[in-house]
Amino acid sequence: MAASRPKSLFRNLNAKIAAIPMILTALVVFTGGTIWTVAYSFTKSGLLPKWKFIGLDQYERLWGSRRWMISIENLFIYGACMLVLSFVIGFILAALMDQKIRFENTFRTIILYPFALSFIVTGLVWQWLLNPDLGVQSVIRALGWESFDFDPLYTAEIAIYGVLIAGLWQGTGLIMVLMLAGLRGIDQDIWKAAKVDGIPAWKTYIFIIIPMMRPVFITTLVIVASGIVKVYDLIVAQTGGGPGIATEMPAKYVYDYMFGGQNLGQGFAASTMMLLAVLIVVIPWAMLEFGGKKRG
Amino acid sequence: MNILRTVFAGTTALCAAGAVSAADLEVTHWWTSGGEAAAVGELAKAFNEKTEHNWVDGAIAGSGSTARPIMISRITGGDPMAATQFNHGRQAEELVEAGLMRDLTEIAEAGNWREVINPPSLLDACTVDGKVYCAPLNIHSWQWLWLSHKAYEDAGVAVPTNWDEFAAAAPKLQAAGIVPLAMGQQGWQQSGAFNVMMISLLPKDVYLSVYGDKDADKAAGPEVARIFAAAADARAMSADSNVQDWNQATNMVITGKAGGQIMGDWAQGEFQVANMTAGEDYTCLPGLGVNKTLQAGGDAFYFPVLSDGDLNAAQGELAALLLEPETQVAFNLKKGSLPVRGDVDLSTANDCMQKGLDILATGDAIPDVNQLVSSDTRTQIEELFTEFFADASMTPEAAQARFADIIADAD
Repeated sequence: MAASRPKSLFRNLNAKIAAIPMILTALVVFTGGTIWTVAYSFTKSGLLPKWKFIGLDQYERLWGSRRWMISIENLFIYGACMLVLSFVIGFILAALMDQKIRFENTFRTIILYPFALSFIVTGLVWQWLLNPDLGVQSVIRALGWESFDFDPLYTAEIAIYGVLIAGLWQGTGLIMVLMLAGLRGIDQDIWKAAKVDGIPAWKTYIFIIIPMMRPVFITTLVIVASGIVKVYDLIVAQTGGGPGIATEMPAKYVYDYMFGGQNLGQGFAASTMMLLAVLIVVIPWAMLEFGGKKRG
Repeated sequence: MNILRTVFAGTTALCAAGAVSAADLEVTHWWTSGGEAAAVGELAKAFNEKTEHNWVDGAIAGSGSTARPIMISRITGGDPMAATQFNHGRQAEELVEAGLMRDLTEIAEAGNWREVINPPSLLDACTVDGKVYCAPLNIHSWQWLWLSHKAYEDAGVAVPTNWDEFAAAAPKLQAAGIVPLAMGQQGWQQSGAFNVMMISLLPKDVYLSVYGDKDADKAAGPEVARIFAAAADARAMSADSNVQDWNQATNMVITGKAGGQIMGDWAQGEFQVANMTAGEDYTCLPGLGVNKTLQAGGDAFYFPVLSDGDLNAAQGELAALLLEPETQVAFNLKKGSLPVRGDVDLSTANDCMQKGLDILATGDAIPDVNQLVSSDTRTQIEELFTEFFADASMTPEAAQARFADIIADAD
């Protein structure tokens, strides 16, 4: 017993030494930074962090702020639509692509291409496309439909959907490629068996293929969801939060208060709320995913 | 071997000698519009000619709200520039308190700043605990209404002489397809216009008690309610103004697409670049033609603490140069702002600047918003007006209630 203990500690010693930098980074940079941020969100820090405890004042102000409420609302609208639409469109495109079509490479490249552009470029391109005097609206009007109206970015109620269009255009290609890889990973025998049993193709997809693609879906979900929570550059490039404050997002609130407003405490409080929102989603999922395996 | 060593030693000495004689001084600022760039060019020229050092221009595009976070994160992140622009007042307050800014007291005493700077409130805004931390460069005032003669001719109305006439002429301009009021859709421009109306249309003690004493009851009171009603008028008049940056809005006035713009005297520089003459092509009304009171804010240079001795010497030379009469005249004529010295000859200044100088000479200057409230409060106010100007369904009463809340929490 006593002899086996040092043995397990020193087993694979090289690998353990090699992992030390990574462990330190994870502990100090990620965890330490997070704890520091949460702690300072309870202080009256201005331009520089100052340890002057004021309890929940920053949070009270945060939740009393109209801009924060609008940001949260926008995040929900954008997040829900982005998640559902990018999954549905991405999967349908992947399924179509999987029909052994000609020029598959070309189509795949075209659809994936927007993903190679940054959000800043995407935002600017779509700002121009959705500008009523230059973009889609003016082109269609010039073709003869004089009463055609399409200027989402200049109407406060629907401006967030204008941003959504740009987000989808940029992100869907990646989802399609991930899904396509998932589809290619399915054994061809499954398709043959389903065909022998006379199951229609759409039923095969929904009841057999999609459940089998669970790992791909989870990976994609994590990528899309983290992209949604931190969306910032798209907003800055496309609308600047406008018209008014109609397309503000939580990440932009954090930046504006930390640097522009010289109020770190308020920015930290907002970023702590963002962290909390992510944890609320991630923890139950992680417990289901990993907790279940251990028991089994 | 010996020869080689001598060569190495020689080159090292050469490099060191080169560094002593001319330091490259990086200066960051947000002066990027036509008139502003011309003015900052004067500073660079003076610095390159009169000293042995080089001006390295670090212009940051966008407005102050884009540039300031970049400057601050460079200073706090340990990569400070040699000199940087801020507005006078509380924007750099915490950086000074944290000891990140250089103490300029000796240079100020040598240059006798206490006596020459007028109004003295500008130097006070640079002073923390009796020490001077910035060099005031110019005086900017917000309280100007710029009017396009062409627009009023096209609409067939006389050029207004005050805000009430301006508001009354608006329907005729609209009928002629001209936007009555040009307004860039950025929070600082919109809240700036509101503050201008508060100072110009009400006695100045209202402004001082709202921003200076943070009197929330006053901010919720009937006098300020009148200003919110005027802001709602301004919102209606600027509904068709789809531009973002202030100089694009000024350009609407220059080209006669808009009747007027409420903007600080830096707009003057744009008219100058467009070769327009005050009184003939455009008119400027200080205090919206009502209360001729100017807010004395402006720009100042701050010098972050550096460890390099050569750079320190160069910083000192720049600080002294900024206050010299020739620099003040050259810079301010291009910029359209007023010099911080009362003793320089500005007879070459145009009509509008003369009006401003006259007002300053009577001593009727009040502190700028930046000197009274923190950046945090300013951001909240800007946010409120961004929303107010974009959303026509927001009533003046609702906006005023929120304004009073912000003032109540202000520090």
